[in-house]
Order: sequence, then structure tokens, then C-alpha cells
Amino acid sequence: MKSSRISRRHVLVAGSAGVAGLALPASAQNQDTTKVQGPPGRDVGARSPFEKPARMAFSPARTATFTPLQDLDGIITPADLHFERHHGGVPAVDPQQYSLLIHGMVDRPTIFTLAELKRFPGTSIIRFIECSGNGGRAYRLTTPTADLSPQQTDGLTSTSEWTGVRLATLLREVGVSPKARWLLAEGMDAAVMTRSIPMSIANDDALIAYGQNGEALRPEQGYPVRLMLPGVEGNASVKWLRRIEVADQPFMTREETSKYTDPLPDGTARIFSFVMDAKSLITEPSFPDRLDGHGWREIRGLAWSGRGKIVRVEVSIDGGKQWQNASLDEPVLPKCHTRFRLPWEWKGQEAVLMSRATDETGYVQPTTAELVKARGPNTQYHFNNIREWLIAADGTVKLKGGAA
Amino acid sequence: MRFSGFAGFVGFVCLGGSLIGFGVSVAAQAPAPAHYGLGRAATPDEIKARDIDARPDGHGLPPGKGSVREGAPIYAAKCAGCHGAKGEGASADRLAGRNSGDSFAYAMDPKLVRTVGSYWPYATTLFDYTSRAMPFPRPGTLTADETYALVAYILFLNDVVKEDAVMDAASLPKVVMPAHDKFVLDNRTGGKTVK
Repeated sequence: MKSSRISRRHVLVAGSAGVAGLALPASAQNQDTTKVQGPPGRDVGARSPFEKPARMAFSPARTATFTPLQDLDGIITPADLHFERHHGGVPAVDPQQYSLLIHGMVDRPTIFTLAELKRFPGTSIIRFIECSGNGGRAYRLTTPTADLSPQQTDGLTSTSEWTGVRLATLLREVGVSPKARWLLAEGMDAAVMTRSIPMSIANDDALIAYGQNGEALRPEQGYPVRLMLPGVEGNASVKWLRRIEVADQPFMTREETSKYTDPLPDGTARIFSFVMDAKSLITEPSFPDRLDGHGWREIRGLAWSGRGKIVRVEVSIDGGKQWQNASLDEPVLPKCHTRFRLPWEWKGQEAVLMSRATDETGYVQPTTAELVKARGPNTQYHFNNIREWLIAADGTVKLKGGAA
Repeated sequence: MRFSGFAGFVGFVCLGGSLIGFGVSVAAQAPAPAHYGLGRAATPDEIKARDIDARPDGHGLPPGKGSVREGAPIYAAKCAGCHGAKGEGASADRLAGRNSGDSFAYAMDPKLVRTVGSYWPYATTLFDYTSRAMPFPRPGTLTADETYALVAYILFLNDVVKEDAVMDAASLPKVVMPAHDKFVLDNRTGGKTVK
């Protein structure tokens, strides 16, 4: 039932249903709110019924849901809209039964309860997670334009404030052998998902996270405990983490060999391609927007790099002939979504909007042609090429370009 | 300077970082201990219960064995429904098949098949993954013998082992996959070059 067609009787029932009555009566749209008392506070809040951002899945199995990037502003992704990717569904883990085992090349094989993990010195960091398959639809576009939104092309990236204990702290606690080079992270989902992580990443800024945006992790993000590897392809940040085995070599799991490897034009495939290179994307305007008249508006988007901070985002409105610097919202954090903005006066002309990110290593987000040259048209992961939006004279917006 | 009562408390709070100017010493944060002493020792049985991985060097492969012939009926009963009668793929990934000349031009040619025999670099990965995550409706329910047999059969479907092959903890790590030498380490380092 669409909200605009809610019957009066339905409105009355909903209005008297207490916390269940979250749906604002359609008649309230015409109500003078200064002449009637509003409802009292609730134990758990909810979005305005006028706002309905939602994740989206593209397969019946729903093994991935995509964040509605075009509906969000700022850099933090609301936890209930953070993208999902799982290989065996979302397990229901009882935090009282939960424990993390660390063993292998360590002095003291140890089991930690959730309460014990929380007793260690903690830290909170705001970082993105992006699936390395994100953007495949845009990379492989076979038509000149497409009706694809930022959510549909690139919705497998999200940013949260993550809270937990540094993995390095736990590794020191159990006494890792100086000969150790890798560790295996294993989840307790039905896939018992595993990835090998080099000790250099584990001892850098890796987090054993139990918090997300101030509350416990959402089940889809690994409740009660996940690995969080800043800047690294999302698959390696193993969720529902139950075991870490320290070793002197990688384990060559299915997810790091048959999947999540990047075929290259020279007939090889890149393995352990952990870091997400710099990328940006205009989220406004974008499909399915239709510009509602000439005049000033703001071009907005997100930029991020797995190698550190974004130092510059340039925007072009003429398909890459001329570029101008967008402003970056503070704070600009390393390995984190960064919001960029540029005021733009649309005069009704056809336009091609593009954004191009540069990170603190000097890496510049490549054009589609540049990335295709380096990786080939049928490579599988890490699609950080420049995105293009075609604005037609009637104001309609479509995704443009692709490798094909 | 002396504070007393509530006024003193307020003064203390408000002065905050400039206490040193009043001659009040602030102790530095104690250095982190070598160990926090949290958690408890894991017993060998507890480790064994979770330590299910198998590595290319054979580490973690359990006792047991299975042959191609034993694997065929298990495959038909537990795998074929999703992966096809001969591993040709159905609702789940294609498992079997090689590309002409074992081409690995995946980046250029979308028609190449991605199968165990054409793309997977290590045979032990097949054991590890099948053991932990398959069959999809009942993951983790195969015995070690069943898993060895299935691995043998799937390798046979890919022309990687012969029909009389038997897989166990000694033989499986010795299987050399066609794609074994096709993988290269990540050479991206940031900076100006797109790789």
C-alpha cells in the first residue's frame, strides 16, 4: 500500500498503535504542527516516515545488499544501511557463547570471551569498507549509457565508526613467534569464511571490532566481533570472527585464490591484492535524478583511498576537458569516505560530470581507458576507474561509459 | 593556592590542562603492561575442535582417504544438484573444464571457463573449502573420507588426476594444478603509476 493511498481508517489504527504506529498519517502532511501536540518520546527512534532509504539486492539469494549512496550525505553510513556481503547467510551468534581462539605460532594459545576482548584498551576509528567487486557493473558497461544509480554500480562501500581492540594488542598478548608472517582469520558463518592476512597488515591498524557507530556491530556486519582491516578489500575483514591461526605462510583459501584474485592482461592473475586504490564517485546528481530546472545546485560525492587520505578531488562538467577542485568536508580521515562538494550552475546544456580523486601517495584515480589498459576489460576486482554521468538537455541523468 | 568544598571542585575541573601552572603534578599514563593477563589458555581439544583448515604444504589435512571411484556416487548424491552432473555448473559454480591450451587470458577473454582445473592454483584449497562449506544446504557434514573422495573425483573431472587416483594427506599436496604458476604478488604501491 502506498502511503499516498492509506485509508483514513488505517491512519486511525496506526495512530493509536503506540510504538507500532511509526507510519505518519498521510493526513499529517496537511496538518498545522503548531496546533497539535506531537507524540511523546520513544525508546528506539525511527526515520521520518517520509524518508525511506533502503539497501538493494540484485540476486534472489541476496548474498549482497547495496548501500543507497545517492540517498545519503556526509561520510557516515547509517548502520542499518551499511552494505552486506556474505557467503553463508547472516549467522545468529549468542554473545554469551561467543569466543575468539588465537593459536598457531604463538607462545600462549588463548581463548577470549567477548567481555575479555572489551576489557583490553580500545579505540574507535572511522574507516570505509569496500568490497573489491564493487563497481563491476560500471566497469563492464556494454552500452553507451545505462540506467544505473550509484547504489547499483558502487553500493558495496560504506563508512562507519568502528570500535574495538587493536589486533596488534591481542597478538602481543598471546606472544607471536618472530617467525610468523601470516595469520588465518576464520568466521563462524555457514561458509566458515577464511582469509590469510599478512602480519604487516595485522600489526598495522587492524582492529578486532565489536562496535559500529556507537552500538554493537549489526549482525550483517559480523556481530558480535569482526576483523576490520582499514583500506583493505572488504572480504578480508572476516566477520563473526571465531579463530585466528598464526603461521609462517598463507593458507591459500578459496576466497583468496579462486575468488578475489585479479586477472591481468599478461596472462597472470594478481593474488593478495589487498589495498583498495583511490576512487571517487558523484552521488548527486546521478541516476535516477532529473534536474528540476536550470540554476545553481551542488555537485556532491564521495572519495576514498585505502592508502591514506584523499588530498584532492577534481570535478569536470565537460567530460574531462577541464577540471576544477571540489571542496572537501572536514574531517578528511585516512582510509575513510571523504565528502566533496562543488557548486554548479546548470544552464540546460548537455553535460558529462566526472570526479577524479588523488590520494596522499600521489595516486590519481584512472580513467576507464587507463584502467582497462592496466588490467584488461575482463578483470574481476578493484574497479576504481572514473565514473561519468551524462546530463541530457531535459535534465535526465544516466551512467555513461565503461570498458566495452 | 587552596581550594575547598564545591568551589574547589569547580576550579579543578575548569582549570584542566593548566594545572601545572599551579604547581600540581599530573602523573603520566602508566606504560602498557607486557601482558594484560586476559583470556584463558586454550586446551589442545579446544584448538582441535576449531582448527579445520588445510594448507598447500599439507598442514591440517586429516587422516583418511578417498578415490575417484568412491567420489562419483557421493558427487551424484550431494553435489550434482547444484554443480551439474559432470561439474558443468548449474545454480552453483561450474567446477570442471579446461581452456584450450590452458589459456589464462582471463583479463582479455570473457569466454574462458573459471573452474577448479583451469583457475585454482592449489588442490588443498578444494579439500579445505569442500570440508568447511559444502554441501551448501548442510555445510561441514562430510567425513574426511568423503571429502578426499569428492576432491579426487572433481580433480578427475578436470583431467588433473587419473581415474585410479586416491587422495589422502600425503598425495593431495603433491597434485600440481594447471594454474599453479599463474599467480603473481600484488605490485601496486600507490604513487603515480596505474597498475
